[in-house]
Amino acid sequence: MNRSRSQRLRVPAIAVLATAALALAACSSSSSSSSGSTTGSGASSTANAALTASAPGITATTITIGSHQPLTGPAAPGYSEIAPASAAYFAYVNANGGVNGRKIVYKYLDDAYNPTTTASVVRQLVLQDNVYAIFNGLGTPTHLAVESFLNAQKVPDVFVASGCDCWNEPTTAPETFGWQLDYITEGKILGQYIAKHFAGKKIGYFYQDDEFGMDGVKGLDYEIPKSMVVARQTYVPTNVNIGPAVAALHAAGAQVIVSFSIPAFTALLKLNTLKLGYSPTLVVSDVGSDPITLSGLLEAFAKQGGATVNGNQLTAGIITDGYLPTLGDASNSWIALFKKVHDQYDAKAPFDGNVLYGEAVAYTFVQAMLKAGRNPTRADLVNAINAGLPQGPMVAPFAYSSTNHLGVTGAYIGVINNGVLTQEGSVLTTDTTASGAITTVTATQQPAPTSGIPSP
Amino acid sequence: MRSPLLRILLAALLGAVIVVILSIKLNTFRDYQIAEIAIYVTAIAGLTVLTGLSGQISLGNGAFMAIGGYTAALLLAHLSWPFIVVLLIAGLAAAATGAIVGVAAARLHGPYLAGVTLMLGVALPFLAYVYPATLGGDQGLNVVYSTPAFLGANFPPTRWQAWISSAVALVVLVLLANLGRSRVGRNWRAVRDDEVAAALAGVNVGRSRVLAFVVSAACAGLAGALLAIITALVAPGAFTITLSIALLTGAVIGGLGTLFGAIWGSLVIVLVPVYATDVATSHGLSTTVASNIPVAAYGVVLILVMLIFPQGIQGGVLWVLRLFGISAARPSRTASTPDAMPSAGETPARPHEKEGTQ
Repeated sequence: MNRSRSQRLRVPAIAVLATAALALAACSSSSSSSSGSTTGSGASSTANAALTASAPGITATTITIGSHQPLTGPAAPGYSEIAPASAAYFAYVNANGGVNGRKIVYKYLDDAYNPTTTASVVRQLVLQDNVYAIFNGLGTPTHLAVESFLNAQKVPDVFVASGCDCWNEPTTAPETFGWQLDYITEGKILGQYIAKHFAGKKIGYFYQDDEFGMDGVKGLDYEIPKSMVVARQTYVPTNVNIGPAVAALHAAGAQVIVSFSIPAFTALLKLNTLKLGYSPTLVVSDVGSDPITLSGLLEAFAKQGGATVNGNQLTAGIITDGYLPTLGDASNSWIALFKKVHDQYDAKAPFDGNVLYGEAVAYTFVQAMLKAGRNPTRADLVNAINAGLPQGPMVAPFAYSSTNHLGVTGAYIGVINNGVLTQEGSVLTTDTTASGAITTVTATQQPAPTSGIPSP
Repeated sequence: MRSPLLRILLAALLGAVIVVILSIKLNTFRDYQIAEIAIYVTAIAGLTVLTGLSGQISLGNGAFMAIGGYTAALLLAHLSWPFIVVLLIAGLAAAATGAIVGVAAARLHGPYLAGVTLMLGVALPFLAYVYPATLGGDQGLNVVYSTPAFLGANFPPTRWQAWISSAVALVVLVLLANLGRSRVGRNWRAVRDDEVAAALAGVNVGRSRVLAFVVSAACAGLAGALLAIITALVAPGAFTITLSIALLTGAVIGGLGTLFGAIWGSLVIVLVPVYATDVATSHGLSTTVASNIPVAAYGVVLILVMLIFPQGIQGGVLWVLRLFGISAARPSRTASTPDAMPSAGETPARPHEKEGTQ
């Protein structure tokens, strides 16, 4: 008699599973930091009305909010730093009196950037943990999986961590609000700069083959004359072999490459051009251009290929844009504030663009909560944001109104040198339409409050 | 209780009663989890029949789920057909794909078969990127399915989803249990144990192997359609190779080739990560550690089950029942395959023992 086939199959099956488990572990997050909210002085505010449990997730002492984040998996490197940075800012606020005396409890769950898992963890947060709001859920495909659920449940869905303009649907998705610069606006701002500064040159596009890249290209095409664009190449995040795409850009003679890519693919693009002895000027979207993340990736990828490179040397000259103050600008009061909070509550993570992002979006949330009132309902938060928010740490104003749920409306052009982003020119603002003019933001940014906490 | 069909139906009825009671007693998130578990049961039951009974491995059943999910999404978006019809067509579409894959797969064995199905699991979801206008690209398609009106406006949608998912799972389990006991199931086991002997005995080996793929794919297709409905979305990110591997993990943990094993495996897959996350986050661990604990817990459970109960959890359950002197209900097909029942817990000592269905 034979051993049954299923028994023989079990050996390869287990081997496969073990390998898969290792692969998953290898893809997992690389950052480290503290989490959750910490307890603080508990200084109560002196205002009049008693604090009540005015909404789900709100008690007399706490505000519980939730989020879905890629803490493990392929999107984790870099992005997994965001939620701990937000938690660090909330810990700072909690230690300094909280929001109207309530402490923010921030529960963020790992969805590994898988929409099915997102659907599951967000239902857990809303139906079981009774969170007041979903805050800064990360990713376009992931968050789309829960947008209609959150709106059906009337749960505020604030400051989605994605620049998709799909969050701007106030009639069908009144609970959902974007926050960061949308990719169409970003494409227009970068496009205008390119049309102006690289007139007569050959332009090539390199972009992620999804809503992110296509929105960016839409904005670029509004500003860059079609005749200047000699090649359009795409990539998908799961295929790292972008050699053919870069060769096509090279063959078309593109002197400037505009890249709407995530950091790993910006690094691969740079390394592939080096391999071909091809040195186009790179213009990269904000989400794919954090100099610290890029430099680390470049050195790591080159090491895998048996070469040693200096990451900061390779990122030199990359043109990008930014909607938050530049990290290197130590004289900026916002950077000083966020650096201080980072050093105190999140010191294990590098102070990079992801951490700045996480703290800044947490600041905006605290601002919205303060505006929502002393004993807010869920509707109060949505109404408060619809009434508009001060720009706070952003370099341009927010667009929030009852008919516009996009976030920040403008950015500056910046150039990377020695691993540091430097602002070039003034802050520009525009809308997402083809005809909308690009104008300069004249008002100067207000400095950060000395307490580090927004005033209502 | 002599009739096996009657026993299976009674077991299914009991399962339905348990689901209804749990769904009413527990909160709405638990209802969602019940739906998730039922969906995994549907998919894993199909896989466990393919691997445990017909002896073919598949690392691509996530792709069949994608076909079911996208079929349901497209039908619901463009044609307002009744839900049950949409579900059946989704299952049929996946079954048709399963037939095509099965024809190729029937010629392959072991690692080669694993390779082909792995390729399917990796490559198929990419079709969504190739046809973004129809399939929605990376962000996928929204699935609009509302709770039927007769339940009233205040009926929790997740409870209804738990009911329909469980209903489909139970129907699939009943059908598979009968199939396993029928001539088809006997042929599968015969082909699994010795192809030459089976062929000599008049079993059409190729057809038998293809049929197993079709059945397995149909189950996955139904599961995919239900998944699309409960998450209200189909996107390529939901049907990655990780899903296919999770299905195989569930089948192996639960007990390969046993339908009860599919239930145990689904419980582990759905509940262990949630529980591990709760434990990890409530103990103030750093994010890096806490976020990796569910993955680690999954691995630890897999290793422990394999070490302690090589026959999977169902093997362990039968062993415990034996300890207490309760002989597990003897399957009637024992008559045709006398040694098909695993004598649980004794496997290492008796290497010639075969696995059977439960």
